[in-house]
Amino acid sequence: MELRGKRAIVIGERDGVSGAAIEACLKSAGAEVLYVTTQCFV
Amino acid sequence: MDLDGQGEIKQLVERLGREGVVAILGAVTPEGVRMAAETLMHGDPSYAGPLAGVALGIPSYHILEPAIARQVDPALYERELALTASVVDIAQLVKPLEQLRAGRG
Repeated sequence: MELRGKRAIVIGERDGVSGAAIEACLKSAGAEVLYVTTQCFV
Repeated sequence: MDLDGQGEIKQLVERLGREGVVAILGAVTPEGVRMAAETLMHGDPSYAGPLAGVALGIPSYHILEPAIARQVDPALYERELALTASVVDIAQLVKPLEQLRAGRG
């Protein structure tokens, strides 16, 4: 699946990869980020 | 996935459509990955949130999946993903996503 041109919903996790980190990575690959959250299960 | 997030995503997809929309996950347990992906594909499996009974049909991928991670800028990968990638079982995280995307989940 090529990220370039895709519109992304980002569901990060505090104890994993955060939403902000995923957002930066996706933008570097040419995706548009529509929504970002970082979940916390504590 | 928390209930507020479900509501926001539902509204977003209703407003913008789902053409070309994918979800990218960052959870590091297979259960966490599966729950988020199932909610976005078939609806909230706990029937507690706004996506209960709402099948958005959005496919989910993990940011650490090799096919996804290799598209990320290498410097960003090193800074944001490499450490986590070194300590989790990526194949275990990706397995439920592949099943859902193939219509087997």
